[in-house]
Amino acid sequence: MKKQIPILIVFVTGLIMVLQFFVPHAASEFLFTYANDFVIVIGILALPLGIFSLMRGTVIKARKDPRERFYAIVTIVGFLVMAIANFRRDSGPDSLAQNLFSYVMIPCQATIFSMLAFYIASAAYRAFRVRTWLATVLLVTAFIVMLRIVPLPEPFSSWNSSLVQWILAVPNMASKRAIIIGVGLGAISYSMKIILGIERGYMGGDK
Amino acid sequence: MEANWGTLLWQGGAVFLTLAVFSFLYADNPFYKFAERLWVGVTTGYWTMLLYHQGFRDKVIVPIVYEQKWYYLVPVLLGLLMWFRLSPRLGWVSRYALGFYVGISTGIFIPLAFKTAIFLQVEGTIRPVAGFWPAVNFTLALIGVVCALAYFFFSRPHTGVLGVMSRTGIYTLMIGFGAGFGLTVMGRVALLVQRVIFMRDYFVSLWGSLF
Amino acid sequence: MRDGMAWYDRLLNIDRRWIYVLMALVVIVPAVRPFTVPVGISGEVRAVHEAIEAQPAGGVIHLAIDYDPSTLAELQPMAEAILHQCFDKDLRLVITALSQFGPAMVDELVTRVATEHGKQRDVHYAFLGYKPYPAITILAMGSDYRVPFPTDYYGTAVDAIPMMQDIHNFSDVACVVSLAGGNVADMWIQYGNAKYGVPVALGVTGVMASDYYPYLQSGQIFGLLPGVKGAAEYESLRERPGQASRGMPYQVTSHLLIIIAMIVANVGYIAQRRAHAGGR
Repeated sequence: MKKQIPILIVFVTGLIMVLQFFVPHAASEFLFTYANDFVIVIGILALPLGIFSLMRGTVIKARKDPRERFYAIVTIVGFLVMAIANFRRDSGPDSLAQNLFSYVMIPCQATIFSMLAFYIASAAYRAFRVRTWLATVLLVTAFIVMLRIVPLPEPFSSWNSSLVQWILAVPNMASKRAIIIGVGLGAISYSMKIILGIERGYMGGDK
Repeated sequence: MEANWGTLLWQGGAVFLTLAVFSFLYADNPFYKFAERLWVGVTTGYWTMLLYHQGFRDKVIVPIVYEQKWYYLVPVLLGLLMWFRLSPRLGWVSRYALGFYVGISTGIFIPLAFKTAIFLQVEGTIRPVAGFWPAVNFTLALIGVVCALAYFFFSRPHTGVLGVMSRTGIYTLMIGFGAGFGLTVMGRVALLVQRVIFMRDYFVSLWGSLF
Repeated sequence: MRDGMAWYDRLLNIDRRWIYVLMALVVIVPAVRPFTVPVGISGEVRAVHEAIEAQPAGGVIHLAIDYDPSTLAELQPMAEAILHQCFDKDLRLVITALSQFGPAMVDELVTRVATEHGKQRDVHYAFLGYKPYPAITILAMGSDYRVPFPTDYYGTAVDAIPMMQDIHNFSDVACVVSLAGGNVADMWIQYGNAKYGVPVALGVTGVMASDYYPYLQSGQIFGLLPGVKGAAEYESLRERPGQASRGMPYQVTSHLLIIIAMIVANVGYIAQRRAHAGGR
């Protein structure tokens, strides 16, 4: 009961939605529209689980670990201040909500990701070696593509630009297409295993 | 940037947080930890209220309370069943709701994935072309795709013809990864540049306001 | 450890923080001494520009601004350039923001650009806002915008929005232009284009750009703006330099540093390999 009925639900709903794709009748479209609508609502109610888990973990950390207490309190205070500031749907420009978004969220998030620029410079210096022919091909291609940004004198600029366009449109396209097809086949087979009840990892523990 | 003191104060806070995050490049330190944890809290608070206004209010409260669309109670009940996941004893109840979600999503995914990732991609590979150089490029792309796919075929050892195809395929893949790296550098640097321009503009505004 | 170390060993074992310092320095150079960088126009960028240029006044475009602050640097210039173009041409815009940390940013951007052009919300553009689960939201929008978005971002019923009276789903829009920093781009291809046949163009980050050329070749997308260079090309086509064009000098100095770093490191590596081979 605890596993068989959910597996049956997955099988029946999955099969219906696969068959629905091939049925152009109005009833089929109606089913499709409202199935999507229902899934959105289910998801909206399920998402707060993640928020609840995060905040619960933070509160537990604040209580138990003295070294982490200050930072856990910072997280909780940040959460409460932002939530209260956004209580009104349309706070408007120059509101506390908009200022927190523009001057706390954006700088922190943008800066965390901007550090990758330093890491990529470091990686280019420390890891990119012509150890094998394969590594050499990768390095030379990266070199040619990066050179496109640098304003070279003519005719080198035009040649490099055309070469980069060709690399992106032909060998890069071929390589990425093979990956798309391979990943697509893998994802489809995994999805079919889910519908057929072979793959049950989404259900969690074995109770 | 405007030379308005309130705005400068907020921007100063943003610059402090930016530098606090950058300090991680030297070593982990309390300033970085403070900025990171503040970001986690503020982000979670923002998304919570966004989910409430844009999700819960629009798709649950308004249809049921204001429009009396009672059939919305069905997905609401299923969504609430998901919360049983927090209970060690009754966690299995959430599987009923999860079954609907997984079944519907997966059922929609399969035919569209076939079309997008398989049929249209294969069609693009074998679409006829006219002209000498387009034909050369078509041939090279076709060889590249087939050989790269051969590289991922692990049911037979990569010897003989399959070995040659596989070797060609991995070289094709390396060209793709090299192109990807070249564009990645541009992307990562853009993020850093934006931060540098922001800080430069702030200090110029601050200097202008002070002197 | 440094005593007795060959030059190539010292070169290859530099503390990574010196590389960070060099990176910081080369990024500061254009801030102090700016210069302009010529930008060539690629076919995939021109295709997006021409598709929007071809729309008649009053035509409708769905602009999906699906990025968040982590990719703002690359995608916001594209968003601004496209918004300016659409408002210049008196096009009507349906705008969504399917990235969970993006809506406030999109609200600020669209309001600012629309105000510059004297465009009114609900008359010239409708900002529908955010809903979770982009794949399902895209599928639902294809049936009817009102299914996932009964109200817009500000809480106004979509049925009460003057602009949306004759817009019901993707068949009422000329195309979708999605500016995405994550897998929402794939979702527009798989659930928007494959299911409903709506023409889709993408603006993506540099990290993602090379992955979308297969879709461009197969016709599943009709145009592609690859990263900040794509944004700079678009600004160049608009003859309206913006953030992307201003960022190109920094790109030049940073790329030169990384190219030189790769060359220097490999010169050291080859010297080290030869020394070790000769020593045996």
